Amino acid sequence: MFIIKCPYCGERDHSEFSYGGEAHIVRPKQPTELSDDQWAEYLFMRKNIKGLQYERWNHAHGCRQWFNVGRDTSNDKIHFVYKMGESPPK
Amino acid sequence: MKNKYSIFSLIKNAFSYHENWQRAWRDPEPKKTYDAVIVGGGGHGLATAYYLAKEHNLKNIAVVEKGWIGGGNTGRNTTIIRSNYLWDASAAMYDHALKLWEGLSQELNYNVMFSQRGVMNLAHNLHDVRELKRRTHANRLNGIDCEWLSTEEVKKFCSIINCSPDIRYPVLGSTLQRRAGTARHDAVAWGYARGADSMGVDIIQNCEVKGIKRKGDSVEGIETTKGFIKTSKIGIVAAGHSSVLANMAGIKLPLESKPLQALVSEPIKPIIDTVVMSNAVHAYVSQSDKGELVIGAGTDAYISYTQKGTHEVVEGTLKAILELYPIFSRLRMLRQWGGVVDICPDASPIISKTSIKGLYFNCGWGTGGFKATPGSGNLFAHTIAKDEPHKLNAAFNINRFVSGDLVDEHGAAAVAH
Ligand SMILES: Cc1cc2nc3c(=O)[nH]c(=O)nc-3n(C[C@H](O)[C@H](O)[C@H](O)COP(=O)(O)OP(=O)(O)OC[C@H]3O[C@@H](n4cnc5c(N)ncnc54)[C@H](O)[C@@H]3O)c2cc1C
Repeated sequence: MFIIKCPYCGERDHSEFSYGGEAHIVRPKQPTELSDDQWAEYLFMRKNIKGLQYERWNHAHGCRQWFNVGRDTSNDKIHFVYKMGESPPK
Repeated sequence: MKNKYSIFSLIKNAFSYHENWQRAWRDPEPKKTYDAVIVGGGGHGLATAYYLAKEHNLKNIAVVEKGWIGGGNTGRNTTIIRSNYLWDASAAMYDHALKLWEGLSQELNYNVMFSQRGVMNLAHNLHDVRELKRRTHANRLNGIDCEWLSTEEVKKFCSIINCSPDIRYPVLGSTLQRRAGTARHDAVAWGYARGADSMGVDIIQNCEVKGIKRKGDSVEGIETTKGFIKTSKIGIVAAGHSSVLANMAGIKLPLESKPLQALVSEPIKPIIDTVVMSNAVHAYVSQSDKGELVIGAGTDAYISYTQKGTHEVVEGTLKAILELYPIFSRLRMLRQWGGVVDICPDASPIISKTSIKGLYFNCGWGTGGFKATPGSGNLFAHTIAKDEPHKLNAAFNINRFVSGDLVDEHGAAAVAH
């Protein structure tokens, strides 16, 4: 249970949002050139980090915007929120 | 040698007020070297060690557990055991486990309280009916007992289910696997631990693995909170923490770790003598021998290692439970807890070698691996000892995510444990 600060609407309960998984996994530019290993890496392999994870959330029951969150998965503490297309704060 | 548990040992020990029972397993310090080390002292890890010692004659082995044995998902699950999975590979693998359950108390000389009280899977819409009937046929073709019950038969088999056509998701029928049921979770861990220990396996608790030492493409040993342990074979059975251990070895797994919750009610008189599951509304319930209703909730949507879940998930489950069983409406819930489950994209496990020599993974059981405990240990032991999979776990290799040969069990597994 935690509160997420939507960059557009402010602080809301996490139940207003839907989770979009690990962030910064870029869709391959040239899918036809990919080997099976590279496809597996893109489609299935995940860091599944215990610790600070960069992830995507959508404010499904609010402004419906996507954005990124830096959350510690070992205690659900959110360290920062940043917009789509931005790189995570250092 | 261990004393055999029997009615006579029970009577004998009653005379000394049960104060002289032998320890069930030793509490050894780790040796410097082992032939194989199993990481994770849950049911699967302990079963692996048991079968390695028993069937593959590997005695110089250890199980290292960061907390206490059975303290992970083994001790947190709702203990549903069944084998009515859709695909041939899964059906064969889960039924192998179910057959081992059927003789497990005798095998281990430890009462695991395996109770074949039947498991029902309810259908609430046309799609459910089709899907579950298809699964019934698939099961029967695979020699797995499965029956289809009409709404009237559902009512007859479990009379407290609300079979009124007026509820939001009416009951349109159900499958029933009569050989399915429940077992006592702790007893499974303890029974395997006792059995493995008596064959010389070292069970080392409060010993966390912190690193995996590699030399090129093979393993050399593990760094633990009790020092370095040298070994050439490492079998990792760490459930929700599998990815953490994979990271230590420098490989990636296709897993996501999420919280999954369960709860029990105050104890009441016997009211439900089977297990009833419903995928569509996500509710399932059984009753423990203590009289508590055992209710499983769902997973949270996001990755988290906090081992607790959110209230909305519990609320959603309880709403469905109350619609299906109005008789429970005054019941109070006593305890709620969570576990961290390792979910695979195709809802099937991984019991496999890896690209690193001597490193084996048994993971991805997600929300439904308790039922497989004996089979999983048995097949993983084979894989480690022979350095190749048994034919029953060949399909559950890690390469299927590259080849695309997935074992999609979302229909049979999904939220239904
Ligand atoms: C609420 C809930 C309900 C469930 N209901 C069912 C059900 O009804 N039916 C069913 O079939 N399945 C169910 N499951 C799933 C089932 O519990 C698991 O799939 C199964 O118990 C996994 O067993 P395991 O031995 O692999 O894992 P665990 O019992 O979790 O054992 C893994 C062990 O590894 C240890 N470990 C982790 N990291 C390290 C480290 N670095 N060093 C040393 N040790 C480490 C952990 O402490 C843990 O004890 C449920 C799970 C939950 C959480």
